[in-house]
Amino acid sequence: MEENKTPEINPEEKKVVQAPSKPAKSLDWKAIFGKMLHSQMLIPVVAMLALLIFNLVNDPSFFAIKYGPNSVGDNVFTGNLITIFDKGAELAILAIGMTLVTAACGGQDISVGATIAIAGSAILRVVRGSEISPDTLQNPLILGFLVGCLAVIACGAFNGILVAYFKIQPMVATLILFTAGRSIAAWINQNQLPNIKDPTFGYYGGFIPGVPIATPIIISIICFIVIALVLRFTTLGLYAQSVGINEQSSRLNGINPTLIKFITFVILGICVAVCGLIKVSRISTINYSSVAKDIEMDAILAVALGGNALGGGKFSIKASVLGAYVIQLLTTTLYTKKVNSAAISAYKAIVVIILVVISAPVVRELFAKLKVKLSKKMARAGKKVA
Amino acid sequence: MKKIVALMLVAVMVLALVACGDKGEDGEKKGDGLIKVGIINNDPNESGYRTANVNDLKNTFTKANGYEASFFYSLKNEEQIAQADKFITDEVDYLLISAAGTAGWDATLKKAKEAGIKVILFDRTIDADASLYEASIVSDMAKEGQTAVDWLKGKNLETYNIIHIQGAMGSAAQIGRSGALDTEVAANANWNIVVQQTAEWSADKAEEIVQSVINSGESFNVIYAENDDMAKGAMAALDKAGITHGKDGDVIIMGYDCNTYALEYLLKGDWNYDGQCNPFQAGYLDDIIKKLEKGESVQKTIIMDEKGFDCETITEDDVKKYGI
Repeated sequence: MEENKTPEINPEEKKVVQAPSKPAKSLDWKAIFGKMLHSQMLIPVVAMLALLIFNLVNDPSFFAIKYGPNSVGDNVFTGNLITIFDKGAELAILAIGMTLVTAACGGQDISVGATIAIAGSAILRVVRGSEISPDTLQNPLILGFLVGCLAVIACGAFNGILVAYFKIQPMVATLILFTAGRSIAAWINQNQLPNIKDPTFGYYGGFIPGVPIATPIIISIICFIVIALVLRFTTLGLYAQSVGINEQSSRLNGINPTLIKFITFVILGICVAVCGLIKVSRISTINYSSVAKDIEMDAILAVALGGNALGGGKFSIKASVLGAYVIQLLTTTLYTKKVNSAAISAYKAIVVIILVVISAPVVRELFAKLKVKLSKKMARAGKKVA
Repeated sequence: MKKIVALMLVAVMVLALVACGDKGEDGEKKGDGLIKVGIINNDPNESGYRTANVNDLKNTFTKANGYEASFFYSLKNEEQIAQADKFITDEVDYLLISAAGTAGWDATLKKAKEAGIKVILFDRTIDADASLYEASIVSDMAKEGQTAVDWLKGKNLETYNIIHIQGAMGSAAQIGRSGALDTEVAANANWNIVVQQTAEWSADKAEEIVQSVINSGESFNVIYAENDDMAKGAMAALDKAGITHGKDGDVIIMGYDCNTYALEYLLKGDWNYDGQCNPFQAGYLDDIIKKLEKGESVQKTIIMDEKGFDCETITEDDVKKYGI
């Protein structure tokens, strides 16, 4: 002790130098860390960083982005990162609507895959006109999109009425369209498989000439901006949240829970219509049984990854969207590593298991106890030092 | 409100009764010389192949052709079996079955035999004793695969670097079409598989698989997709990366099923090969029934003719005739 107290430098000086800087620094860091720890963004951000670091260590060329001509001669960006944002667009857009439905209704819509098929089929039905495989668009695409929109908004309204008015569990209510949707989609085109040969139809799932960024990326960004503006300038977010937390007290406060739930389903319907457009535009045709297959499960996973309570209430669309891109990043990574694509769902299952375990009350309690213990230890250690 | 609902329910019930009545009358029309057939098939929405199959059957088994046909569609084996039992009770003359699953049919087929109902299997086989059915009409998926692989071999490329996109694992089509290629790759040193992945018949997934190969910078010159949708998805990925394909391109694209759009791509020279999986089975069925009616014997297993189309030789007539 004595030896320690006779160091080479003046201890007084040391104190002066360190005293103001050290506590400030640790305080700042603690605050940021604490904020992060309590933020909903924690899980998706950590998951994304983990995957990115894995790819960086494994093969840095994963991040390469090329700029070169496509088959029509336009210069476009390609690469894994572009693929993630391109292919993840539908899922990210769906995650917006799914988060709102989850927040307000405390349940999920499992019919989105089937209603994407309906939207796609309706769009094709309008633009193909009377022919099955026309060389040019028989009707303007915007008309097709509007009809597709109306069709799935009707589906959303149907789900919404069942959930909001008849108070049926969302998963049960949407099970109806989940089962029947693809048959309805096939019926819209009388079981034909239309094939639109007009290159302009492929713009929305591919590239618009002269624009080097894949259109689904642009569409998804537009969707994010729109929903951000809606949440910023309306009370929808707050209302959806309060309905999800406590329907009774929101009613007492003058909010109409039925209307709010209904609106969230309609918004999800619009998201579905946009996805349907991208999906059919990607390949200019449709396969009723395989289009957007299992996408509802990925959308729910995105919401869960975003740290949203699946039982409704507080929500963060930002986190869900990030969760959607994490799923796509995982998929693309596994494809790059040539993991058997049939096994990809197994990896997703592992993610789900980890998520469920982390959010289980028992584990949470454990974490809380651990935290208390740690802070007590820290406090004791602090006292000792003092 | 309650009254309206009640009224509606009553209306629905009455309608249902009327519908039942209609069916009953239809069922009693016997002895007018028509051959009564019960046709059990898979869901027509399943694929373009199935749609073509169903339409072909509907166009053949008409009153004009001397048939009185009832159709039933389901993707579920149990539902199909239940309906088969019903057809047996209805005393149809022939039972035509495209089974969803291969197992569980024994009891029903025995019952049919006891009732003197002749069973013909089409499109899919059943694990049952051959004495329980008159004939089965099948596609030989392994032969389809072999035809395609032989065609590819005939291209005499220096090296074959193949992206192999498989269908839903375990389906008869996937096993047959993968088998031929796997054997050839194992036998030749200059045949390499760049990646072998299942896209579960989906264009989207196929596009992603090909995109990941392109992004990794590996070279390939053949895309062997086990159906047309997946070949189309693969083509979309090539187009985005500016890789040429087809007749004069760097990459050979192969697909299956002969969708009209696929044959049109062949005609344009965007793709190189498309293998047929023949959905037009009604003609074969009609033929067998006519023979059985005359008391002639029929072949037990009939393997249908299936073609492979090459972009060099395909004609516009082929597109019209074989496109589904």
